[in-house]
Amino acid sequence: MNDAIRRAATNARIALTEEEVERFSKQAEDILKAFAGLKSLDTRGEEPSIQPIPCENVMREDLPRECLTQEDALSNTPHKKDGYFKGPRVM
Amino acid sequence: MTVAQSLLEKTKQALEQAKRIDQHYHYFNTFCDDLALQQTGKPGILADVFVTIKDNICVKNVETTAGSAILRGYKPPFHATAVERLLQAGAIPLGKTAMDEFGFGSYNTNVGKGFRVPKHPSSPEYVTGGSSGGAAGIAAKATFPHVALCESTGGSIVAPASFCGVIGYCPTYGRVSRYGLLDYASSLDKIGVIGKDLILMAKTMNIIAGHDPHDSTSSTRPVQNYPAAIGATIKGVNIGYIPAFFDGADPEVARECRHALKQLEAKGATLQAIDLPLTQQHSLSAYYLLAMSEASTNLAKYCGIRYGGTDKLEGYFDQFFTHIRTGLLGDEAKRRIILGTFARMAGYRDAYYLQAAKVRTKIIEEYKRAFADVDVIATPTMPFPAPKLADVNKLSPLQNYLADVNTVGPNLAGLPHMTVPVGSAKMMPVGLMLTSSWFDETILFTLASHVEAR
Repeated sequence: MNDAIRRAATNARIALTEEEVERFSKQAEDILKAFAGLKSLDTRGEEPSIQPIPCENVMREDLPRECLTQEDALSNTPHKKDGYFKGPRVM
Repeated sequence: MTVAQSLLEKTKQALEQAKRIDQHYHYFNTFCDDLALQQTGKPGILADVFVTIKDNICVKNVETTAGSAILRGYKPPFHATAVERLLQAGAIPLGKTAMDEFGFGSYNTNVGKGFRVPKHPSSPEYVTGGSSGGAAGIAAKATFPHVALCESTGGSIVAPASFCGVIGYCPTYGRVSRYGLLDYASSLDKIGVIGKDLILMAKTMNIIAGHDPHDSTSSTRPVQNYPAAIGATIKGVNIGYIPAFFDGADPEVARECRHALKQLEAKGATLQAIDLPLTQQHSLSAYYLLAMSEASTNLAKYCGIRYGGTDKLEGYFDQFFTHIRTGLLGDEAKRRIILGTFARMAGYRDAYYLQAAKVRTKIIEEYKRAFADVDVIATPTMPFPAPKLADVNKLSPLQNYLADVNTVGPNLAGLPHMTVPVGSAKMMPVGLMLTSSWFDETILFTLASHVEAR
């Protein structure tokens, strides 16, 4: 379990200390053990419910309409330059 | 004093009272005095009604954090649709209410870094319940006309309302637009209301319910008339109660809930025992696996670039995002993100995420069969009355999750449900939870109007 938790944390961009890896792994084991009953249910032929209520695709004309201004979209960050978000280095 | 002046005076008094309560009980993350004064005197169905807004619902230019340090300082450039509609109806917003970080909790003790834990309105050693703890607390304490706008993913409206002795209503999934709600789990999140005054809550539902082009999952079905349902007859209403959830509850809680059902029976409703074996045994597991999986993707966007808590741009993107998320997310948020990521990882996805989604289908089918026989399903809202903070702090994460055993079923299936105060156990309030079929919402307001708490 420790390795799986380490891998999941890395994927989720969360750094864990060794103490946290131990603690989270133990807690995850408890939780998954308690949830193990799910696996015993026969779900062959069942569709997964991604929504609780059937949802249909909603389409609209592909036309420009009112949306956030660039200024509003950038109003919550200090990381911006020339009207764009500024991110960390990628390479 | 002119009318306008006296209205402004009322708003100032409500703000003062809310702030005084907040000093002792920690129900607010932010106050919005300017917006409150600006709204005062505006005509509409909710004119002179004070509203509070759970801190995961966007209010334009008012700090909105979902109770997390990772959103500190975020001032949305737009209103959530539900907020926009409340403001158009003349409601006066006082502030943003306390919650578990992103809604991740049943006791409102999992607050984000630097946030305060709200205290129970009748005894500060006890918890409010969560995740809408601030909403329920201020609803219990306020002496001004008040409705709390709040949100539920797995029970976050009815749990704190039950613990605090007020009414909580969570509508059908899709009844109220989620536009401007900071997602926890998009297929489970619903905006609803908490309050003491059923009529105000019904009026508020009339305002906020209905289709919104900004949320493609919001329903186009016509909205029922909530206030008109209050006081209507309950003759012939068929209530199915789940004995297992009464037997599994604290005996005093079960006793109070049974008493309320007897009241309803005396007024013409019929009672019958029903069994929902899949829901009873598997809804908690299916709910948590799905909620955590969805949360892990929804929270991926918080990385310190576009809004909220941040730091100097340093290192490569992976290092920067990891630095921000590790430093600003709380323990429970990390746990749910990591477990949710795990449940969706190659090799585990079919066994956990997909299996939970298929079990959800079976649970929905089970509810459909039940609603062919009964109009409403009744259980205690919470299996026990509000516990002490010191006792909650001793619980393991799994023990925390078990508190939701009665509330996750209707949330997983997207069903409307309401908690109504019916009495007390161990000097703490007890709530009865009533669940009805999809979009058959007003029956709950009718039944609630016939319950008299003792």
